[in-house]
Amino acid sequence: MPIRLFASRNLPFVARQCVLMIQLIWLTIALPLAGVLFNGILGRRLSHKVVSVVGPLAVLGAFITGAGALVELWSRGGEAVTVPLWTWAAIDTFSVNINLLVDPLSLLMVLVVTGVGFLIHVYATEYMVHKDESGHAHPDRDFARFFTFLNLFIASMLILVLGDNYLMMYVGWELVGVCSYLLIGFWFDRPAEEQAPIELGEGHRPVALKPLLSPAASGMKAFIVNRIGDLGFALGVFLIWSTFGTLQFSAVFAEAPHIAETMPSVLPWIALLLFVGAMGKSAQIPLFVWLPDAMAGPTPVSALIHAATMVTAGVYMIVRSNVIYSLAPGVSMFVAVIGAATALFAATIALVQVDLKRVLAYSTVSQLGYMFMAVGVGAYTAGMFHLTTHAFFKALLFLGAGSVMHALHDVIDIRRMGGLRNKMRTTWLTFWVGGLALAGFPLMSGFFSKDEILAKAFEASPILWGVGILTAGLTAFYTFRAIFIAFHGQPRDQHLYDHAHESGSAISFALVMLAALALLGGLLGLPTFLGLPHALDGWLEPVYVAAAHGAEGAAHHLSFGTELGLMSTSAVVAIAGIILAYVFYVVRPTIPQNLARATRPIFSLLANKYYVDEIYEAVFVNPGLKLARAMAQGIDALLIDSVLVDGLAKAVGRLGQQASRLQTGYLRHYALATFVGVLVLLSYFFLR
Amino acid sequence: MIDQVPVSYYLLLGAILFAIGAGGVLIRRNTIVILMCVEMMMNAVNLTFIAFSRYLDSATGQIFVFMVMAVAAVEVAIGLALLVELNRHKETVNIDEFNSLKG
Repeated sequence: MPIRLFASRNLPFVARQCVLMIQLIWLTIALPLAGVLFNGILGRRLSHKVVSVVGPLAVLGAFITGAGALVELWSRGGEAVTVPLWTWAAIDTFSVNINLLVDPLSLLMVLVVTGVGFLIHVYATEYMVHKDESGHAHPDRDFARFFTFLNLFIASMLILVLGDNYLMMYVGWELVGVCSYLLIGFWFDRPAEEQAPIELGEGHRPVALKPLLSPAASGMKAFIVNRIGDLGFALGVFLIWSTFGTLQFSAVFAEAPHIAETMPSVLPWIALLLFVGAMGKSAQIPLFVWLPDAMAGPTPVSALIHAATMVTAGVYMIVRSNVIYSLAPGVSMFVAVIGAATALFAATIALVQVDLKRVLAYSTVSQLGYMFMAVGVGAYTAGMFHLTTHAFFKALLFLGAGSVMHALHDVIDIRRMGGLRNKMRTTWLTFWVGGLALAGFPLMSGFFSKDEILAKAFEASPILWGVGILTAGLTAFYTFRAIFIAFHGQPRDQHLYDHAHESGSAISFALVMLAALALLGGLLGLPTFLGLPHALDGWLEPVYVAAAHGAEGAAHHLSFGTELGLMSTSAVVAIAGIILAYVFYVVRPTIPQNLARATRPIFSLLANKYYVDEIYEAVFVNPGLKLARAMAQGIDALLIDSVLVDGLAKAVGRLGQQASRLQTGYLRHYALATFVGVLVLLSYFFLR
Repeated sequence: MIDQVPVSYYLLLGAILFAIGAGGVLIRRNTIVILMCVEMMMNAVNLTFIAFSRYLDSATGQIFVFMVMAVAAVEVAIGLALLVELNRHKETVNIDEFNSLKG
């Protein structure tokens, strides 16, 4: 697509100004990168206050650029613009162009990433500084390094969403993985933490819990599990290249319907391989195990990377590749089933977790499952809608959890909290807002997006809807279980409670802003069957135009009564879950313990996360380590090192020793050889 | 008078001298003698050059001979200098003693 810098004469003046904004979209990546350089090189030598200004400002600048581009794209009716930057490599017919694709989908992601990212940066400026009793501020030892990585993450994520080809997407995909690794292991010198066993009352054996992984080990685990998914993603990209001869989105999507006819088996493979990548990055069964352990990182990281943005990359990738996925209906259904299974599976684990951040982590896995269920049944807009609202309310919940940790000096076990609402009003109220949105309480943002997904799932298959609605009930229950235990009732640890305090202005600012977004985010996609405008539907329309075969339109629409019935059901389920949690944890706090005693095997299974980690350990990790050790000792040390490398060197040495006997050291032997040689040559030339 | 001697005689003499020189190089152990044998081989070649030069009535061969003599002088100078050094070092001129570079 040509540069449109001069093609804008017919547009109104404001729009013409904003054409520049789209051309300047590279600034959204360059500004955080500048922040990386500044904080990375100078940050250590400067006061943490300078870093606290530069870090968030770089992201704010990116957000403003993105917003300007949004205004401009709006005035153009959402028509995609490709902004060419440079050619990375051009070899024969193969060329890799560094182009940025500005279209409704990428801009939505840009705004979510930079908007939520900015608030979390602001939050982190306070979170990463601890105040002692006398009010003296102690910034984290590696305060500048933290913001360097955080800025690098923003830049990487923007490369992922703005690239106009699968190669750039892959580069961004890997870069965010690296940032995730660096930030999970940010406190790499902290040891693994023990977890107190869950007491079941007098005369009953407590349920033992495994110790948590250390931050360094958690980072490693996340990186390795992601590698498995990334292998699938890379193979998918290779397959796209060998099938289409290009990696550019527009070219691939234009050609896809043709390929579907001539080579019907290829597109499902591409879709499946790309989805394996999404399983890793977006923590779906079977590769979800890294996300709960990623909570070892600082809380702003959990909020930004492991809830709001990076983990949604898989959803973005599928929506971006909607042409391929709608041409591979079998794989799409597989995506939906995996999503639904993950949603339910993770929600059941979240029911009994005692670590506030882990409750939220499993909830994130579960909500990502919802998104995959949506995109799997072809409801791409609903998936993006839930992605957006989830980014708001889950970031809010994590930041709320972080605020509690900040107040309680890094205690995150909800069994030691209680009654915090009296000490932390802002955190308590905003956590409620986030909790209501997550639970799908009517009129909150999560309600609209979850309801849309459930309605679309019902169209595709009532079973999916059944799993979804069950998960919705569990979600409401476990969310409010955490809220009631942490913020309501009596303090369980008086010492902690006495020292708790509300967080400062930066944390409160981020919480309040995100609470507003979680409250109002639903306005982006009001239910159309009630005659209300669905803003995202119209906005994202151009992204699906390429799917000319009309899979979107083919879906039959539900009747008004069914839609209303589904919506009421999910509202009732959400409220029922909240009330149940209220009864369990406020009215009759003895119920949970009695229930756990009665269902001890199930309770123990859930508390130990279905032993998935242990199973993986036994089936994959240990045999893998054994194999590696055998290879190292048998193949590497013995065959390669001893036989091949040393053996070859010795053989050459011996040959040389034998050959050196030819050199006797007697000049006459050499001279004789010379004369004989001359004679032979001469006789050859004369007698020829 | 020289014209009465056929050119083949000169060539034969050159060949004999060359063979004696080559044989000396191969057989003798005294480095000085070997150097002299090398000189003899070069002079055998010189003789052949001159014979052909007369026979073909061309000056090229004689010019070559001057070149060879110049190079031979240089060679003798360097060769004897080396030999003096070798003699100081090993106190012998026996070529078989100079074998410390063999494999």
